[in-house]
Amino acid sequence: MSETWKALKPYALITPQTLVFLMFLVFPILMIGVVSFWEFNGYSMTPAFTLDNYQGILTDVTLKTYLNTFKFLGLTWLATLLIGYPVAYFLAFHVPKLEWQILLFLVCTIPFWTSNIIRMISWVPLLGREGLVNQGLMGIGLTQEPLQFLLFSDFAVVLGMVHLYIIFMIAPIFNSLMRIERSLVTAAEDLGASGFQTFREVILPLSAPGIAIGSIFIVTLIMGEFVTVRLMGGGQSASVGKLIQTQIGSLQYPLAAANAMVLLAVTMLIIISILRVLDIRKEL
Amino acid sequence: MQDIQTEPVLIAEAIPADLQAEAKGVSLRDVTKKYGSFVAVQNITLDIPAGSYTCLLGPSGCGKTTTMRMIAGHEDISAGDIYIGDTRINGLPATQRNTAMMFQNYALFPHKTVWDNVDFGLKMRGLSIDQRRKRVGEMLEIVGLTQFSDRKPAQLSGGQQQRVALARALVTRPQVLMLDEPLSALDESLRVKTRGELRKLQRQFGMTFLQVTHNQDEAYSLSDQIVVMDHGRVDQVGTPAEIFSRPLSKFVARFTGDNNIFAGTVTSAVQDTHGQFIQLDVPDLGTLLCLGDYAQVGSEAACCIRADLMQIKSLDEAEKSACGPATNRVTARITAVEFTGYVTRVSLVLERGGIEVLYKARTPDWITTPFTEGQVVVLDWAATDCVFLPH
Repeated sequence: MSETWKALKPYALITPQTLVFLMFLVFPILMIGVVSFWEFNGYSMTPAFTLDNYQGILTDVTLKTYLNTFKFLGLTWLATLLIGYPVAYFLAFHVPKLEWQILLFLVCTIPFWTSNIIRMISWVPLLGREGLVNQGLMGIGLTQEPLQFLLFSDFAVVLGMVHLYIIFMIAPIFNSLMRIERSLVTAAEDLGASGFQTFREVILPLSAPGIAIGSIFIVTLIMGEFVTVRLMGGGQSASVGKLIQTQIGSLQYPLAAANAMVLLAVTMLIIISILRVLDIRKEL
Repeated sequence: MQDIQTEPVLIAEAIPADLQAEAKGVSLRDVTKKYGSFVAVQNITLDIPAGSYTCLLGPSGCGKTTTMRMIAGHEDISAGDIYIGDTRINGLPATQRNTAMMFQNYALFPHKTVWDNVDFGLKMRGLSIDQRRKRVGEMLEIVGLTQFSDRKPAQLSGGQQQRVALARALVTRPQVLMLDEPLSALDESLRVKTRGELRKLQRQFGMTFLQVTHNQDEAYSLSDQIVVMDHGRVDQVGTPAEIFSRPLSKFVARFTGDNNIFAGTVTSAVQDTHGQFIQLDVPDLGTLLCLGDYAQVGSEAACCIRADLMQIKSLDEAEKSACGPATNRVTARITAVEFTGYVTRVSLVLERGGIEVLYKARTPDWITTPFTEGQVVVLDWAATDCVFLPH
């Protein structure tokens, strides 16, 4: 008895999480999968196996929405990588003390200290028609008319997403940079590599797993995003997440379920292709 | 020291012409390194002859690695000048110094194959692909790693990794090769074998090797010249034999071998054909006679006797053999006997003064003696074996 208990004890540690996982993730996804094949007549749904819902969402609108979501993803990914990598590099290589690294890293998480909605709304006086930015630009004579695209536009959506999610790119890259032995950099210099060559030949390849993990975070977060799209897009911008949310709002559950399944598949495909290109096993 | 290059050099196999480098000497003139108010290296003046194998020997924190990193260009020089050959290299970037360094934990690029690791320096220097192929191929042949060229460092044993690191440094044809504790990551048996290979390789290439080590056996077996360092200063420079048998300071005597050290005051110094016979008054113990170059009467100094150069005798035996005028004699009690293989280490406490001393016997000799722990014995040693330590 005690022998069996000893063998089982480690599993007891993970049982609660496994149950939560099964009940609130795996089971709902299976449910959505099932519902996506149910019959729907606009008013009620009946258990069945039909592909009507999938055919129903195969429209130009859905395609456009996906393309728009990919645009958000591509722009946000590029911006978080180009802005986040230097930050991670600075933290890892130019901040000498661990305490300072941790402190400055926490500074990067400040966007999470206030609620999403309040932060977005507080941008209105900054980016709006009469906002600070527009007044400033007109004040120094750079523009005559207020710039419309600053708020409630695709630009604003990407701005919001970059601002909100960049920490998910910085953190894994910082982690992988911290794992690079400093003597490798010295060795590269000793062997005649310039600063740029050292970066290209040593630092970048060794931080690639961090880039991969950061990219996976960004993909999963952006592909299902609807809050930022709704708040910052002001009804002008579309994304798959927002489409699904609209369908749920109008009680078109089977359609929303079918959409959700497609979204899941597309997201998985992107992640698999990232893993194909970049090996993250070293980081695990 | 100056005749290193005229010594017969054993060349077992020819080194290809495009791997041979011109060996240059290194000179340091009053070199100092400060980190804020902390002085890591203080006014070092030192000559490392071209084509020699020199070891910087000392405990951790003695400044030996900092000194090497300043020569390699990985550390700024706070004051003083460093020359490689006739060229002053202060402030020159590491790349332009014609030096190469082999790092303590090898610092191999984990994402690159053995071939690409060795090729790295040549690639960065922009050599043609044909030259690179030829030289890397020849280099891997020399270190015996040709069949491993497609492996990643993690797929190699420690000894193989060590050889990749060596090949990566040598292939750039440095005028001075620096080795930072190159053997410390290897296990004992491999270390002794690799030591021999390093020495052979240095002879074959005729290159200047400068190695940092904290292990005196390593320094003894590898070096033409040993530089003993302590607290950021050079304590003594000499051949392994000189350092071993004629230490000049208490630190060197303590660090480089099993020496028994006695501190005291110089009471007389008499010139002799061998040097000066110096009488040292050791508190609570009495007068010891030792041999030195020069001593000032009345100054504080010390002397040392190697643990294997003393004779151990029973009290009866000692009574029978009279103590000559040039012999030191003390009585001591055996506190511990430690068998370490060929050598048996015997710890004793002097009856007068309570000083702890060490006596080393060949085990075959020791097992024929009747001495046991707790026994009081006599230790005799000749004044000519007793080395005067001025500081």
